[in-house]
Amino acid sequence: MTFRTVNDRSALPAALRSNRRGRAAARHDGFWPWLFVLPLLFGVGVFYIWPILQTAYYSFTTSGAFGSGVTWVGFSNFSRLISDPQLYQSLWNTLIYTAIVLLGIPIAVWLASLINTPGLRFASLYRVLFFLPYVAMPTAVALVWRIIFNGDFGILNYVLSLFGIKGPYWISSPGFALIAVSIVGLWSSLGFSMIILSAGLKNIPPEYYEAAELDGANRWRQFRSVTVPQLAPSIFFVIIITTISSFQLFDLLYALLGPNNPILPDTTSLVFYFYSQGFVANDKGYAAAVAIFIFVLIGIVTIVQFRLQRRWVNND
Amino acid sequence: MTSAATRLRMARASRAHVKTATGRPGRRGGSHVPVHIVLAVGGILMAFPFIWQIIMSLSTNAQVQGVVPTFWPGQLQWGNYADVFTRLPFLSQLGNSVLITLIRTVAQIILCTAAGYAFARMRFVGRSTLLAIVLSILLVPAQVYLISQYQIVQGLGWLNTLMGLVAPGLFSAFGTFLMRTAFLNMPAELEEAARMDGANPFQTFWRIMVPLALPSISVLAITTVLWSWNELLWPLVVSTYASAMPLSAGLATLAGDVTVNYPVLMAASLMAMAPVLILFIALQRRVINGLASSGLK
Repeated sequence: MTFRTVNDRSALPAALRSNRRGRAAARHDGFWPWLFVLPLLFGVGVFYIWPILQTAYYSFTTSGAFGSGVTWVGFSNFSRLISDPQLYQSLWNTLIYTAIVLLGIPIAVWLASLINTPGLRFASLYRVLFFLPYVAMPTAVALVWRIIFNGDFGILNYVLSLFGIKGPYWISSPGFALIAVSIVGLWSSLGFSMIILSAGLKNIPPEYYEAAELDGANRWRQFRSVTVPQLAPSIFFVIIITTISSFQLFDLLYALLGPNNPILPDTTSLVFYFYSQGFVANDKGYAAAVAIFIFVLIGIVTIVQFRLQRRWVNND
Repeated sequence: MTSAATRLRMARASRAHVKTATGRPGRRGGSHVPVHIVLAVGGILMAFPFIWQIIMSLSTNAQVQGVVPTFWPGQLQWGNYADVFTRLPFLSQLGNSVLITLIRTVAQIILCTAAGYAFARMRFVGRSTLLAIVLSILLVPAQVYLISQYQIVQGLGWLNTLMGLVAPGLFSAFGTFLMRTAFLNMPAELEEAARMDGANPFQTFWRIMVPLALPSISVLAITTVLWSWNELLWPLVVSTYASAMPLSAGLATLAGDVTVNYPVLMAASLMAMAPVLILFIALQRRVINGLASSGLK
C-alpha cells in the first residue's frame, strides 16, 4: 500500500503546537499508552517488520527443495539479478505500462477542469461515471476486458473492422497484450487522478480567472496560464502516485492474460516476475532479491520525482 | 507562474467585481454544451465495459461469440445468474470476501484508531522511534514482506483458512498514520476538560476523541473495504482451493478457464463487484472526498 497526503494538515501555528507539546510532556500516562499501541505494534512487528528483515536476509540465501533449509550465498542472487534478461524484460514492460498510464494524466487534468466548470449540471453524475472503474474489482473488470479484446469476437476488433482495420489478437500477441493491459490500467486510474486534481482545482481562487479574463485571455490561455501552474502540486502528486502504483502492476496482468497464457514470459511485469519466482518456481532467495530490487527502484524514482517537484513547483 | 503585474491586476479585479457566485462572468448558459459533450462521451466510454458486461451476462454463449456483436440479446438469459451458483463456488467465495472485508475493516478501525490516538496524544518511552518504525512500512512495497508473511501463515497452518486470509491485513501502518494525523489536529482543550472531570484515558478517548474522529474513521473504513474486497496477490498465495478463495482470486484463476462459458463468467464478475459499486454509488460524495483527502491508492 502506498500513500501520500494531499494537503499538509499540520497547519497549526508552530507556537501553539510546541506549547501543547510542552504541556503534554509534563504529564505521565503510565501504562495506558501501551494498552493502546501494543496490539498494533505486535501485529506490525510480526507481519511486517520481521518479514522485511527476513526478506533482506533471504536475498542473500538460496533455499533447498521444499523449503527445508536456507544456505548463505552472499551476493550471488544479486549478480544473477543484474544479468537476468527476464528481469530486464519485466522492467521494460513495467516502464512501458507506466508510461502509457501516465499519458492519462494530461487527459485527467483537462477532464477535471471541465468537470469543475462552475454551475455545470450533472457534474456529480460525470464524477461517478469516471470514478467507477477505480472502485471496481480489477480481476472482475479484467474478465470483461478479456472479451472486449478478444481477437475473434471482441467488440474492439469489430469497431476497428468498421474502419477497415484488421485488429490483432490482443491477448495472445506479446506487444499488443502489454498495450491492452495499459489501456485497462489507464481506464481504471483516470478517475482517481481526476478526483485528486478536482480537489486541487477547487483551491484556485476564482479571482484569478476573472483577472485573466479582464486581460483578454481566452479559455485555452486561462487553462495554460492559471489552471496548470496553480495545479502543479496536485499534478505532481498524481504523477508520483500513478508511477508508484503502476510499478506494482500485477492484478490486471494476471487476470487479463490468465495465469497460463503462453506469452506471459514476454509480458510479465516486475511484480509478476517476483510472484512467479517466489510462488510458482519457489525460488524464495531469488524472489527476495527481486523484491529488494523493486523496493530500491521505487525509492529512486520517488526521490527523483520529489527533487523535480521541488525544482518546478514553486508555489504551494 | 503569474507575474507580479498580473497579480496586481487580479487583486484589482477582485475588488472591482461584486463577486458572482460562479466567479466567471459571461460564461453561463449555452457555453456549457461543448463541456457536456466531452464529458458525456468520456463518461459513456468509461462506463461502456460495465454496460457491455451487463449485456453479455444476459446473452447466450453463441451471441457473445458472434462475429457481429449482439447489442441486445432479445430474450434475456437470467438463467446465467443462476448458473453462477451451480457452476462456480461463488457462494463460498462471496462469503469469504464478505468475512475478510468485515474482519479486516473492524480490526483496522479498532487497532489503528487506538494506536493513532496514543501516538498523537499520549506520552510514553520510545514513542517517536516506534512511530518511525511503523511508518517506515509505508515506504516498502508489499513484495518485500510477502514471502515471509506467507511462511508465517504456512507455519501456523493457516493456508486455505480465513485466519490466513485476514491475518496481516488486520494491521495497517497507513491506518495508523491516518488516525494519528486526525488526532494531532484536534484541540487539546476538550481532552483536558475531560481529564479534569476525572475521566481516565480510555474514557477520554472513547467518549470525547473517537466521536470527533469519525470522519477520519470513515475514510479508513472506505479505503480498507475497497482494498480488502479487490486485492488479489495475498489471497492468491495463501489459498489453493477454489472454495477457500475470496472472489478476487476465484475470478482471476478462472481467466484462462475454457470450461466456464462467457455469459456465466460475466454474471459472476458483475455480482462480484456489485457490492462495492453499490456502496460507492450510495456514498459517492463521502468516498470521493475521503479518497481525495487521504490520497490512498
